[in-house]
Amino acid sequence: MDLLAFAKGPALQVAAYIFVAGSIWRIVGIVLLKEKVDHSEPRKSGGLMAALKVIYTRSFTASPFKRATLYPKMLAYVQHLGLFAVIFLFVPHIMFFEGFLGFSWPGLPNNIIYLLGVAAVAASIALLVRRLTSPVLKLISNFDDYFSWFVTVLPLVTGLMIPVRMGFRYEDILAVHILSVVLLMLWFPFGKLGHAFLVFVTRGTTGMVFERRGAKT
Amino acid sequence: MKKRPTVGEILQAKGVSRRGFLKYCATTASILALPPSMIPRIAEAIENTRRPSVIWLSFQECTGCTESLTRSASPTVEGLIFDAISLDYHHTLQAAAGDQAEAARHAAMEENEGGYLVLVDGSIPLGNPGFSTIAGMSNVEMLKETVAGAAAVVAIGSCAAFGGIPGADPNPTGAVSVMDLVTDKPVINVPGCPPIPMVMTAVLTHFLTFGTIPDLDKHGRPMTFFGTTIHDRCYRRPFYEQGKFAETFDDEGAKAGWCLYKLGCKGPTTYNACATTKWNSGTSFPIEAGHPCLGCSEPNFWDGGGFYEPLSTGRFDSGTKLAGAAAAGVALGVAAAAAGRSKQAKFTKEG
Repeated sequence: MDLLAFAKGPALQVAAYIFVAGSIWRIVGIVLLKEKVDHSEPRKSGGLMAALKVIYTRSFTASPFKRATLYPKMLAYVQHLGLFAVIFLFVPHIMFFEGFLGFSWPGLPNNIIYLLGVAAVAASIALLVRRLTSPVLKLISNFDDYFSWFVTVLPLVTGLMIPVRMGFRYEDILAVHILSVVLLMLWFPFGKLGHAFLVFVTRGTTGMVFERRGAKT
Repeated sequence: MKKRPTVGEILQAKGVSRRGFLKYCATTASILALPPSMIPRIAEAIENTRRPSVIWLSFQECTGCTESLTRSASPTVEGLIFDAISLDYHHTLQAAAGDQAEAARHAAMEENEGGYLVLVDGSIPLGNPGFSTIAGMSNVEMLKETVAGAAAVVAIGSCAAFGGIPGADPNPTGAVSVMDLVTDKPVINVPGCPPIPMVMTAVLTHFLTFGTIPDLDKHGRPMTFFGTTIHDRCYRRPFYEQGKFAETFDDEGAKAGWCLYKLGCKGPTTYNACATTKWNSGTSFPIEAGHPCLGCSEPNFWDGGGFYEPLSTGRFDSGTKLAGAAAAGVALGVAAAAAGRSKQAKFTKEG
């Protein structure tokens, strides 16, 4: 079995099992925790609409902090939207998903994907530099932050190397790219990357709690 | 021993013009990506070389490789290759049969000890010698006996180079490739199912000209022909970059000649010269005819997944195991939540 067959076969398969089991473990483990009993009289109902409102409003910075957070916020948007486009709108990736989902969706031309991928890598590097140079961020960062950054950027870089090749053979660099995705999938549920699943759950919960207490959201 | 005539003497006797001969040399230099300054050297080498003896062994094969060679649409090249070498043994092309044929093989081996070329098509079965025998000899015996005094071995076609169809899972005959058995002689792999005729003849011409084997890649294939992928040289590549793909064999995309990646094209992982040298005298190649590349010049291409399965498809087991992983995740989550609730209760009590 060559490296590509290993990457596409057993490696991806084991990673998929761990990714699915780990992600469900984290979500179920949190969702089933006992809700804190709130004895106060609710100011408002704190329903689904309150949750959706905060999910939306927290996507933007509150006015007093806009100026101070513009730079990292902008970088984070470029990084996240770039990642989204590269993962879900690159035609070969869509075909990968179609392989087990059974349906597909329209993609973007490859050249646009390459551009967005480069932008995502550049934004990721800028965010890392900021993390390393800001005394506060440096202090609160741990292994999880740096390793999560590494396993996210690695598939982007190896993926971008496929069209330019850089002296590597296509099948070798493709295998390395798939193995970098395998590494990402193995780490994803257990580190801070799990925020991809939990970010909207936590925002929604915050919205419901705040609404109930009558706080402005 | 009767002195063999040089190729130049043979060509003169056959009335091949100097212009025609140099045209062949120029074509060969071009195919081998050699500078024009090498044309006189090729001409000199071919003219003055005594035709090297070639023994062509056919084992577990379909004769497609020979069909490809003999159906070369460049008769001048085909004629020259048969004149440029002394094909002393070839099941399909030789006139002799039975003992006479075997005697010709032995005579060629003795007369050209250390200098003859062995061309092999077909894989070699190791499971049971009876799976494939020639003149009462097993394929492996015949290969070892013939290769012993050879200068080099050329494995023609994917069966000889990598095991091919006979070597595909479950490999009932225990088929192996030439390079699995021949380790003490230079082995040049010219894979393909079948290989491109021009590639076969050009590899032989390289050996005639330089007396050495060409630069080979990690699979023993000449870099000149197997150095780039079909995808890199494909005229449909711009459509790949633009995201324009044929979805079926008869949709508008297929009619417009868009990229065949979604129909399972293996061009990105296949190294061969089809997109540049083409077939049938440069007429076209499979992708130009509207069919995805099967990757026939790659090792184990029969076991490399479905021909019409896109390259980016992952190879997962049935969904049952994935569902099992999800169930395990739920169980772990419930257990984690139970432990968390117990801690919550403890803190509430303590508080």
